[in-house]
Parts: sequence; structure tokens; C-alpha cells
Amino acid sequence: MKPLLKKSIASHQIFWPLVGLALLLLFNFIFTKDFFVLELKDGHLYGSVIDILNRGSVLMLLTIGMTLVIASGGIDISVGSVMAISSSTIAMLLSGKMVELNGHSQFVSNIPLGFALLLTLAFALLLGLWNGILVSYFGLQAIVATLILLVAGRGIAQLITSGNVITVYHERFFYFGGGFLFGLPVSIFIVGAVFLITLLLVKRTAFGLFLESVGINRVAGRFSGLNVQLITLICYSISGLCAGLAGILTTSEVRSSDPNTVGNFIELDAILAFAIAGNSMAGGKFSLSASMIGALIIQTIRTTIYSRGVAPEIMLVVNAVIVIVICSLQSDRVKALAGRKWLKQGQV
Amino acid sequence: MKIRIRSSYTSMIITIGIFLSLVVIGSCVYDNFFSAQNLVNLLIDNSFLIIVALGETLVIISGGIDLSVGSIIAFVSMLVAYLLTTLHWNPFLVICLVLLVGGFVGLMHGILITYFNVQPFIATLAGMFLTRGLSYVISTDTISISNPLFVAISEYRIPFLFDSFLSIGVVITLVILGLFIYIAHYTRFGRAIYAIGSNEMSARLMGLPVNRTKVLVYVLSGFTSSVGGLVFSFYMLSGYGSHAIGLELDAIAGTVVGGTLMTGGVGFVVGTVFGVLIEGIIQTFINFQGNLNSWWTRIAVAVLLLIFIAVQRLLVARREQKKSVKRVETVEYAHSGD
Repeated sequence: MKPLLKKSIASHQIFWPLVGLALLLLFNFIFTKDFFVLELKDGHLYGSVIDILNRGSVLMLLTIGMTLVIASGGIDISVGSVMAISSSTIAMLLSGKMVELNGHSQFVSNIPLGFALLLTLAFALLLGLWNGILVSYFGLQAIVATLILLVAGRGIAQLITSGNVITVYHERFFYFGGGFLFGLPVSIFIVGAVFLITLLLVKRTAFGLFLESVGINRVAGRFSGLNVQLITLICYSISGLCAGLAGILTTSEVRSSDPNTVGNFIELDAILAFAIAGNSMAGGKFSLSASMIGALIIQTIRTTIYSRGVAPEIMLVVNAVIVIVICSLQSDRVKALAGRKWLKQGQV
Repeated sequence: MKIRIRSSYTSMIITIGIFLSLVVIGSCVYDNFFSAQNLVNLLIDNSFLIIVALGETLVIISGGIDLSVGSIIAFVSMLVAYLLTTLHWNPFLVICLVLLVGGFVGLMHGILITYFNVQPFIATLAGMFLTRGLSYVISTDTISISNPLFVAISEYRIPFLFDSFLSIGVVITLVILGLFIYIAHYTRFGRAIYAIGSNEMSARLMGLPVNRTKVLVYVLSGFTSSVGGLVFSFYMLSGYGSHAIGLELDAIAGTVVGGTLMTGGVGFVVGTVFGVLIEGIIQTFINFQGNLNSWWTRIAVAVLLLIFIAVQRLLVARREQKKSVKRVETVEYAHSGD
């Protein structure tokens, strides 16, 4: 009985990412001082764990979009550029001037906040649609199609801001990236909401099933009457929206927009988060929750490195080692070796 | 008499045509544009990019991708600077060592991709992180190179036609180009690369050494990246971990503009050179214009990419139309089934 039980828990995709995360947290519990200490200041919770969730929010958002796109059999390497575009868009839209109001000066933006947010998200959606149309209706290879936006995106972002770093003065806008709700950072709730909505879309509607079948075999999907092109398009649109939202969050958190640095190379982290979670890069079956754990693993490593005072440059090397180890472990060759061992033990 | 052009040549011919017309346009619009030195400068300023793009071309023809080329350049420049300036090694020893380092990183990619079935994108991504990270581990600052040999190579000028001069980097580029034309079009290894890119399964069934060829392609790309890194060190005379960020994109863009299909199996080494030169000439335009910012280069390159990919798509679509629809579907089905 016992091995059977073990098998069923371990066979869940989310099991191994969770083990990885638990090991990382255990390492921190033992070696990093005050890692799990939560402080309550002015009714707001502070601590490394909250910090991981807060700072990881951008990566988690991008990973949600990336998960859907890769599951559909594609890849979206333009998310960093889309982030930069949305960041510069919101920063420009929220520009305005100081106005004397009731004796004290107050900032008034040219465009109302809600409208600016909607416009930015619409723009990001448009960019996602552009990627999706290139991939699904023009039949371009996903990596090439999104390469175009990756190359152009940062140029477009600089065009929007005329190459300057734009500082944002809109007080209420800072709430998204720096505010607190029920003692927790607002960004956590935003990510949570996006995650839940996507999870509902994937688990409670037929979309998830369609998506997996498209990812596993496009032709078979088409033959069984699925609108393959539309499903692909939806994935890229969601990815664009997530990237747009991530850009807004970043801008709100750092209170400025630098088209050169916002979201630089973050697409690689998002792909990494997806791969660490044990999802198949070839598309098909996927687990959104596991991807989230993957993103948290990356953020935990980063926070660990920072809090232990190791030079942040090492992060890249650590990332590289993780990718190599995880991907090698996933390969059939290693699985075959390990499988033979387990099989022997099982027979005994 | 009707001249027949093989359809796979079409995009390369378009590329060369665009390059020539850009030269003509530039000469008409800007006064000092059409000079021998200005055109040679295109080669000098883009020599490392051309070298790297050549390696990238073979990788893409084989159906893969190499994202690590820019970081290897940075790593090599850093390693050279560190070994020469801080440790005072013998320059010849340093050159040999960094060439080996690039080849070794390529070997790692090749083994991961071939024997562990890691996707090329992911494996070379790991290499990109690794090499970029290692160069930051050496130092986060710029290290200048003051070794007499390197400075001499950097400053050496070879007289060329019409009072222009070449740099050593250009000579290395031309040598590598000749080598790659030979490899791609006149060797068994080259033909195997094309065959694998067209259809790996049938290449395997034909008895071609698929695994060995794929590993070698990545080793070659790692090697050219380190040669590119050396030329880059001659060009910049400094090592810095943030050198050549995003260069892999320029290399891939140059390759695609040069007429290589991202799906593999089709492509020309010479086309890539013109692809990179087109990127270079756009940059020159923007320098000559003076009032345009450098981000216009990125946008222009992206637009070019889009056009070329569209042209390639049309060509492929036309070829597929010739075959019966049914057969294409069967082949597709067989592909996705395995």
C-alpha cells in the first residue's frame, strides 16, 4: 500500500517544484537569520516571505501568460519589451502638473487614472494580438514572430518617452505597487486575482482541454474541429495583457519608467519558471499552479542571494546551473536510468 | 530565354539587392557617404557581429538556435582583460585559452541538446546565463587591455584599395567567412547540417551522423563566438561583463534577413554577411542623419525582419502549394506524432 501512496503523491507535477521550494525555504530557515520573521509595522506585514511574494509578483504575472503560450506549442520572448512599452505608456499618460488645491499643491494628471490604466492595458492587449496573429494566422514560428516585437519593443518604448527616464508623480497610482490591503502588499492580490481568473478559465471551462490538445498536436486538434487559430490567439493575447499589467506594477513600484531597463531579460526568467515547474517546453500538458511555484522558486533564490549578501551577479550563474540540472533531469535518458533503478527496488 | 533562379536563392538575392540599393540611396542622400573607407568601416565596425552571425547561421540551418553568442563575447573580452591586465599572462596563451573556452561552452550546449534532449533555446539560454554570470564573477567593472601585442593588433592598419585601410579584425572575418563557405557548401559535414535542418528524422534514417553533426555545429558556434570575442577585444581594448548585450538578437536578425529559414534546412553563409551589413548600414544612416536616435535602428531592423519573414513565408507557401495538400497534411501529421 505504502509505495502506491508515495507514487500517487510524487506523480503530481506540482510535487517536485514544491519539494524544491521547501528545500530552499528550509535552507533559509537554518542558515539565513530572521528569514521567517514577520513584523507588523503600522498594520502592514513586513518580512522576507512577504518580500518574496511582493517582488515575485511581476515574474508570476509573466509566467501565467508564458505558461499558456508555451502550452499552446509556442513561446513569447517579447514579454520584457511589452513590459517596457506598457511602463512607458502609463508613465506618459500619467504625466501632468502640480495644481494649488485648498492651500496645498496637489498633482493632477492629464488623463484620469482609470482611463490611463485601461488605455495601457488595451495597448498591451493589442501587442499580444499582434504576436498572436503573426503566429496563428500567418503561421510564423513563434520564436521568430515574437522576436520582431522583442527587437522593436524597446525602441518603441524609447520612442514613447523620447528616450528619457520618466518619473511618475501620481500618488494614487503608487498604490498598486507599493500599497497595502489587509496588511499585505496590493500586488499580491493583483497576481492572485489574475491567477484565479486564469485558473478558472483553464480548469472550469473547456479552454484548458482545447489548449492542451492544440499543444500536443495541432493537426489532430484541427481535425477534431477545434478553432486552433483562435485558441492560439487567445493565449498570446493573455500573455500580452499579463506583460502589460506587469509593466504597470513595476512602474508603480519604482515610481518611474526607464525604457532601457524595465523588464530586461525577464522573458528568460519567465521561461525558466515555466521549465523549472516540470512543464514540457514542447507544449501540451501544463500546470499553472506548478508554474507559479516555479516563479516563486526563482524569486526565493534571488531573495536568498540578496539577503545572504552574496554578489547579485552570481544569480546568473545559479540560474544557469538550475536550468542545466532541471532540464537534464527531465530528459528521457536520465529518466530511463533512474526508472530502471526504481523498478528494481519496486520488484524487491 | 528564361533565367531560372532556384527559389531558395531568392531571399538572399533580395538581401544583396536591398544592401546595394541602401548604398545607392545613402550615396545620393548624404554627401560623404560613398567613400571606400566608409564602406570598409561597415566591415570594421561589424566584424565581430559577422563572425558570430556566421556560427549562428550554421546553427539555425541545422534547426537549432544559439542565444549564448553575445554573452560569450562578453565573457571572452572579460577573460582576456583579466588574464592580460591583472594576471599578466602571455598573450598567445590567452588567445589559445579563450578559443578553447568558447568551444567548450559550445560542446556543453551540443551535449545537452543532443544527448539530453534539452531544447536548443533552453540549453543555450543556460549557456548565456552562465557565461554572462561568470564574467560578472570575474569583475563587475570595466578592465582595460593594455597588453602591447593587443594594442598593436588593435592599431594595425592594412592598406586597401582607394586609400582605405582594413583592420586585423576584418582579415580574421574574411578568413572565417572563407572557412564557413567551404564548410557549408563543400564538405560532407555541411551537407549533413542542411539535411538535419530539413528533416532530422530522415537524416537519421539516411545514416547521417546526426548527433555528432549537431554537437559539432554548436562547438563551431561557440568557437566563432570566442573568435568574435577576441576581435571584439581588439576593437574595444577592454573587458566588461555588460559588453555585447542583446548581440545574439542582432546575429539572429542578420541571419534571418540574410535569407536563412528559422525552421532550418535553408540558408546561405554569404547571405548572413549581407544581412549583418544591412543592419550596419542602417546604423550608419542614423549616424549620418545626426538628429535620429539609435533606437530607430532597432525599429528599422524589426521592420526589415518582418518583411523578410513575410517574403520567406510566401516562398514556403508557394512551395507547399505545389505539393498536393493531402501529402503536406500527412507529413505534418507524421511530424507532430513523433
